[in-house]
Amino acid sequence: MIISRQKNQDELKKALTGLARVFLVGCGACATVCKSGGEEEVFRMQEWLATGGIAVTGSVVIDEACHIMRAGRDLRQHRVAVDEADGILVLACGSGIQSIAISSAKQVVGGLDSLFLGNVRRIGEYEEKCSLCGECILNETAGICPVTTCAKGLLNGPCGGMAEGHCEIDDGVDCAWHLIYEKLKKQGRSAVFDRPVAPKNWSGKQKPGRHKVER
Amino acid sequence: MSRLKERLAAKEFVVTAEIAPPKGGDATLAIEQAKKLAELTALNVTDNQGANMRMSSLALSGLLCQAGIEPILQMTCRDRNRLALQSDLLGAAAFGIENLLLLSGDHASFGDHPEARSVFDLDSVQLLQTATGLMQGVDMAGKNLSSAPLFFAGAAVSPEAEPFDLMFLKYRKKIACGAQFFQTQAVFDPECFAGFMQAASPLQVPVLAGVLLLKNARMARFLNANIPGVKVPEALVERLDQSDNPLAEGVAIAREMVAVARACCQGVHLMTLGHEDLIPEILSI
Ligand code: SF4
Ligand code: SF4
Repeated sequence: MIISRQKNQDELKKALTGLARVFLVGCGACATVCKSGGEEEVFRMQEWLATGGIAVTGSVVIDEACHIMRAGRDLRQHRVAVDEADGILVLACGSGIQSIAISSAKQVVGGLDSLFLGNVRRIGEYEEKCSLCGECILNETAGICPVTTCAKGLLNGPCGGMAEGHCEIDDGVDCAWHLIYEKLKKQGRSAVFDRPVAPKNWSGKQKPGRHKVER
Repeated sequence: MSRLKERLAAKEFVVTAEIAPPKGGDATLAIEQAKKLAELTALNVTDNQGANMRMSSLALSGLLCQAGIEPILQMTCRDRNRLALQSDLLGAAAFGIENLLLLSGDHASFGDHPEARSVFDLDSVQLLQTATGLMQGVDMAGKNLSSAPLFFAGAAVSPEAEPFDLMFLKYRKKIACGAQFFQTQAVFDPECFAGFMQAASPLQVPVLAGVLLLKNARMARFLNANIPGVKVPEALVERLDQSDNPLAEGVAIAREMVAVARACCQGVHLMTLGHEDLIPEILSI
């Protein structure tokens, strides 16, 4: 899921300058799980806004804010409250914020910073394991992603900074290539170590990405 | 032709050292400094070493060539994508630079621009492949070059890294992808290094042992804590700690390592960090 966290209050205050009334939007998916934009956070945000003299004309937690049609529909259902507001404060990832921006002409204020596509270790603890590179190499790397979990995204084995299986940037982090090596060894496979891995083809990652499932 | 290549081919014992480009736009002092080291076989020119921004290694290497000093152009994958790396390699050829040391590069978080976006479009193995391809007259896209550059491409290895087999897998890959010589990370453990050379020798690619001058125990501890891949054994830190003249002790330690290198590999790469005047002493037999 998309890991996000709330912007600090100073930054948010600045972004809300000039808005006396806002409509609040949360997201029922990732931002709810990350505790950055669910029901509870929307409620608390409303209280905080009140202390700063900003009125909340209404609020909604959209099922998945990244769903453009659904976001548009939910906003239309709250048209009166939305119309009364000077702007819309969105507690969702960057995708969700833009669903709202697409669906309304009002000024949209994003309340979250989106961090990464993350795995949940436990509540409140998230780890980045995939950076959506578009050309997955996991089948050859024992299910461990070097593109993402190696600090340099190296494709041909560890750098000279690996020390006792740890990464050069942080003793507390395992070197991805050490993990790959150990796991392949246990499986009795040489896989990725058999060949020089060619440079990645990033052309499939041209921005903005689009994908259409053929029916 | 590259003097480094010639001397290695002639099985001579080769000595290299390194200089860092200045943090500024005037290379006069760096060239002066390099001239004092001109009798060595070649001089590495570091590339934003430790991810600290300085004059480009390409510029200083080009100036050294013009001054008649043979550089080894260090090039990392941290700061440039494949277009920039290839065009810099062609630029190097235009300056007459042949020796390359192709590296992945320290992570940007170590340096003075921790907010920079690291590139790593290629890794060191792929950069070696790229240089090899250019020498054959084709770029990474398969396009022909109007003239093929001539390089003597080297790579780095950390002989003391654990696990040995994992480090050695990458060593083999680098050779398969065109590494024509190696300079090692600073080595301090004679037995460990000799063990590495035993495995490496059959592959017949010349190795220059990295010998770093330890100035005192504090420096050794600092390296252990802050420099990726450098591990000064506790026994050596002790020796420096207990000496009345730590710098002389450091020179003695370096001489011991040079002696090990003379016995089992083809040269040394000296890292003396401002004490270049001590190089003759370190090399004396
Ligand atoms: S290689 Fe890594 S980043 Fe790319 S798709 Fe697979 S898991 Fe994701
Ligand atoms: S130590 Fe391992 S994980 Fe860290 S940058 Fe080097 S190869 Fe990647």
